[in-house]
Parts: sequence; C-alpha cells; structure tokens
Amino acid sequence: MSAALELVDVHKSFGSTRIINGVSLSVAPGERHAIIGPNGAGKSTLYNLVSGRFPLTSGAIRLNGEDVTNLRPYQINRKGLARSFQVTNLFNNLSVYENLRCAVLWGAGYRYSFWHRLSRLASVNARVDEVLAKIGLARRARTAAGTLSYAEQRALEIGVTIAGGASVILLDEPTAGMSRTETAHAVELVRQVTVDKTLLMVEHDMGVVFDLADRISVLVYGEIIASGTPQEIRANAAVQAAYLGTLGKGKAHA
Amino acid sequence: MKLSLRMGSSLVWAVTAVLLVVAPWIFPGSFALTLLTQMGTLAIFALSYNMLLGQGGMLSFGHAVYSGLGAYVTVHALNLLGRGAFVTPLPLLPLLGGVAGLAFGVLFGYVTTKRAGTTFAMISLGIGEMVYACVLMFPGFFGGEAGISTNRTVGQPLLGLNFGPALQVYYLVAAWSFLCMLAMYALTGTPLGRMANAVRDNPERAEFIGYDTRKVRFLQLVLSAFFAGVSGALSCINFEIVGAENVSALRSGGVLLATFIGGIPFFFGPVLGAVIFILFVAALSGVTKAWLLYLGLFFCAMVLYAPGGVASLLLAQIGVIRAGKFGRLVVPYAAGAVACATALCGLIGIVESVYRLSDSTQGTAMRLAGLQLDAAQSAVWVGSSMLLVAGFVALRFAARFIGRRWTEVKAA
Repeated sequence: MSAALELVDVHKSFGSTRIINGVSLSVAPGERHAIIGPNGAGKSTLYNLVSGRFPLTSGAIRLNGEDVTNLRPYQINRKGLARSFQVTNLFNNLSVYENLRCAVLWGAGYRYSFWHRLSRLASVNARVDEVLAKIGLARRARTAAGTLSYAEQRALEIGVTIAGGASVILLDEPTAGMSRTETAHAVELVRQVTVDKTLLMVEHDMGVVFDLADRISVLVYGEIIASGTPQEIRANAAVQAAYLGTLGKGKAHA
Repeated sequence: MKLSLRMGSSLVWAVTAVLLVVAPWIFPGSFALTLLTQMGTLAIFALSYNMLLGQGGMLSFGHAVYSGLGAYVTVHALNLLGRGAFVTPLPLLPLLGGVAGLAFGVLFGYVTTKRAGTTFAMISLGIGEMVYACVLMFPGFFGGEAGISTNRTVGQPLLGLNFGPALQVYYLVAAWSFLCMLAMYALTGTPLGRMANAVRDNPERAEFIGYDTRKVRFLQLVLSAFFAGVSGALSCINFEIVGAENVSALRSGGVLLATFIGGIPFFFGPVLGAVIFILFVAALSGVTKAWLLYLGLFFCAMVLYAPGGVASLLLAQIGVIRAGKFGRLVVPYAAGAVACATALCGLIGIVESVYRLSDSTQGTAMRLAGLQLDAAQSAVWVGSSMLLVAGFVALRFAARFIGRRWTEVKAA
C-alpha cells in the first residue's frame, strides 16, 4: 500500500537562504503524524510546500501515490488534501454556515454551478449541519465568521478544513493561543474529526503532540533529524540535544 | 421561520412588480416617464456592476464596455431589422445585447480576471480606454463622434405594440428590469454566487478548498457582462442612438457612483442607487449647471459617513421601527435634517454664485428658493457663508445627538 503522503528529498530556498534542506517523510494512511521542532525550523514552510502555496526548489511530493509536486493549491485540494492555517484564515463576512458550505461545495460536485440553488442542495446542507454539530458551533451558524471569538474561529478553521471530506488533513498549530481547557477541547475535536483520515500536524504543545500522535518527526534547521513513535522520540538522544538544547538556550515555545 | 422568510421575499417581489406597473400613474407626465425608463435601465446596469464590486470584490473602472458594446450590437441589429434583413420582435433584442455583452465579457474578462484587487482595477481601466479609442478609430462600425442612430419602430408590431410611444418603451424596460433583477437575485443563491463572496473575502482560502479563484472571478464577470449588455440594449432602444460615450470612462464611473451610493453590501442597494443617480443626472441637471459637483459631494459624503450606502441607512431604520423605538429618534433626526438643510442652503448659495461669476454670458442674477439674488453682491456671499458655517456647527451637534440616542435605542 502506498503512503498517504510522501515527501522525497524536498528542498526549498528563498534566494540564497535554504529553508528546507532535503526533507524525506512518509505518512501511512490513517496515521496521525506530528511535526515538532524549534521556532524557525521550517515547519510552516514545509506545510506551504505540501499544500501548494509555494513551489518547491527541488524534490517531489506524492499524495496517495500520485505526484502533486508544484500543483496549485486548488488542484492539490481536489486530490484529497486539506489544510488549516496557523493564523485564522476564514471568509470573514460570511456566516459560519456559509463558510462551511463553501468548503463542502467542490467536493460535492457543484463546482462553479450557477444553475443550482444552494438552499435546495440537501446533501450539502446536511453535511454542513453535521460539521456544525461536530465543531460545536451549531448555535452560531448565522454569525459572521469575523465576529466569532478566537476559540470559535479556531474551531471553524478546523471545520472548514475537514468539511470537504479530504482524506489527508494538515493542521497548523490547532491549539495555538488557547487556554488549557480550550486546548483539551481542541484535542478532542481533532481526534474526532480525523477518525479514518491521515493527519499531519504541526504543534508546539508537547502534551498535545504526545497525546495525539502515532508518530512524530523532528524538524531542525530544515532537516528531519528523527522520526518515530512518541516513545522513540522521547528516548532519542539527538532530539534531546538538538530540540531541548534549543529550548534550554532561548525561549521556550509551547 | 424559514417559511415566513420565503413568503416575505415573494411579497417583496410582488410589491416590486406592482410598483413597476403603476409607477407611470404615480408619477404622471412625459418627463417622469423618461426618468423612470432611465432608472429601470440603470438599475439593471448597477445591479450587474454590483455582481463584481459588492459580491465579487472586483472594483471595475470599465464596466461600460459591456453595456456600450451590447448597445452597439443592438443598434446595428435594429437597423438591419429596419432593412428587413431578419425578423425579430423588438422585445427580444435586449437578449441579443446581453449575448453581445457576454461575448465581450469572455474576451476581456479572460484578461482582467487574471488578477484581483488593484491589478484588476487597473486592467479594467486600460481595457475601457482601449475600447473607447477603438470606437473612435473605426467609424465604419461605431459611427465615430456622432454615433449611430436608429429607429425602434421599424420592426413588425407585436400584439399591436410598435414601441413608438414612451409608455410602451417604459413597460419594455420595466419587464426586462424585473426579469433581470429576479435572475441576478437567484444567482446570489447559487454555488458560483456564494463562491464569488468567498473569493471576495479571502481568495487564498478559497484556493485551499478547491476553487480556482480566477475562474470564479471570470464566470462572475461574464454573467455580469450579460446583464450589462441587456441594459445597454435597452438604453439603445430608449434613446435610439448609440455613441462613444456609451463605452466611456464617464459611464463606467457613473455606474460605480450609482452602485456605491445605493449600497454595495445589499442586493437591492444598486436599485436605490440607480433611482438617486438618475434624479441627480436627469432632474438636477435641468435645474443647475453644478449638478455634477453636487453629485460628487454627495458621493464623497456617502463614502466617508455611510459606506453601506443609502440601503444600509434605510435598513438600520427598519430594525428600529420593528423594535417600536423610532419615536425616540424623530427629534434627533429632525435636528439633523434642519442642520443639513441649513448647510446645504449655504453651500448652494456659494456654488451657484461661483458658477454665475465664472460664466459671463449668463449674468450674475439668479433665483434661489424664490429669492431674486445677485451673485455679484457681497451680501449673498456673506449670507451663504454664514449659513454654511452655522449648518456645519449645528450638524456636529446633531450628529452627536443622533449618536447618543442611537446607542440608547440599541442598548434597550
């Protein structure tokens, strides 16, 4: 069986600055895979490469065995990959309901249709209601996304990401900036919505990482220095040196 | 709740239809009929423009290209009809204008919608200028400066209607306006319509949920160009002449003004805008030479103080009226109206005086509000200035008064 997501020797430079330096990574279908690493290690850049936001300098990315290297974001999304953003990235003037409906439309096959009436798309609207219930925003359905509270926006961010039914989900710091209870809530949500899906996530909160992830990769200065189960990573000397060393030196980031 | 909403919206449509039918009787007279016909035409044009600006976030400076070229195609079709080259009832010609608009939408939209935002605005301006230049360069098709004139009564009469009388033209325009409004409203509730909103709000995220934002913009523009073409055809039928100004930047700017004044966040905003704009252009231009200045000032005031347009101001009142609190606002509003009127009197006095003094052929005598005044007299200037200043000061107080009451009403 081919990997759900596979990165082969991926490089990315901005000008002469090399940000990603030969990353190879394979995520099996159904696996929850976390990427950790100190600030500036290139985690967000890696996400932007995988989701098609930036072109690669060299290397290849395969999604469910299919080459998606340097495709546009919408092409990659149509092949079954959806991502969330570290900084909330929603349709602010549209209601929560419409945000989710937009995310459902392409996958439901309505594309650019101007001959269907949204109010009559029963299957789409049922899916929206389902996601609304999952992310706990059913009572806020008519509220404009831009006026939601921070935690609600983060929940909607996850909702928009999973609503389309993608098989591979990339979450970028789903618990960033959350309180302890909000974090616990978000972890439960992530666990729920990624059942039977492949999850790749960047996360700074080690509690969340060790709680959720089946496997962990450690990214330092654009290279993956270790990859393994949580137990293996915890025991890995190189990780302790590089990662904890960095943490010890400067600012802890969790 | 859902049912009542749906019934509410069919009620709105029914009222709109009735208004369109009875409008010539409510406002009798041939001048009023001329205005109503122009309002209907501009309403379609402004609604089509808002498909770009309000719904799709595309600020176009060249939308007249689509209505104007639709009008040119219609004028040629009418003239061919007159020579018996083909037989089509006149009421169907707007469809041809629409198809022409759509075709040019495909052609130019392919270029303009490559980018959003400022780039889109720039390219739309460039294409507008290019088309305007072409119109003057190829007089064979476009008729040069003079334009092309036609006669709308040349076709076969339909059910005894030859569309000579202005009233028949009005009803033709009214029928098309109603159909186009319905169609454009329906489009706002389709997947494309919703994704146009999404692309307006956040093009980047739209790409990550599977949408090629360029294609969304392109399709939205093409559909919008269709309705612009319909309105162009109607204006051709109404005026029986199409000239270079039909595709000009002035016309493109006009529809932007009308749409914004009406209110871009609301579907029906542009209809209000069309009514107000025609009142300014057609009605006020008969009264004063300075009408464009007044229109510009009004536009600036709206942009600064009511970016949601007249529609947003009206809708805000509806909420208050429903809550039964409008009575609390009557006094502050009256104060605001008096202050506004005072400032406006002063402004008009100064503006009209300036126009009289700058135009030596007219003389300096003028009649304002039933008073015989002379722009050369300093008393007029002093009086006007005092009114203007007093009005502005009063307006500041009135605005604060309205604001306080408004907060109270909202809080209650």
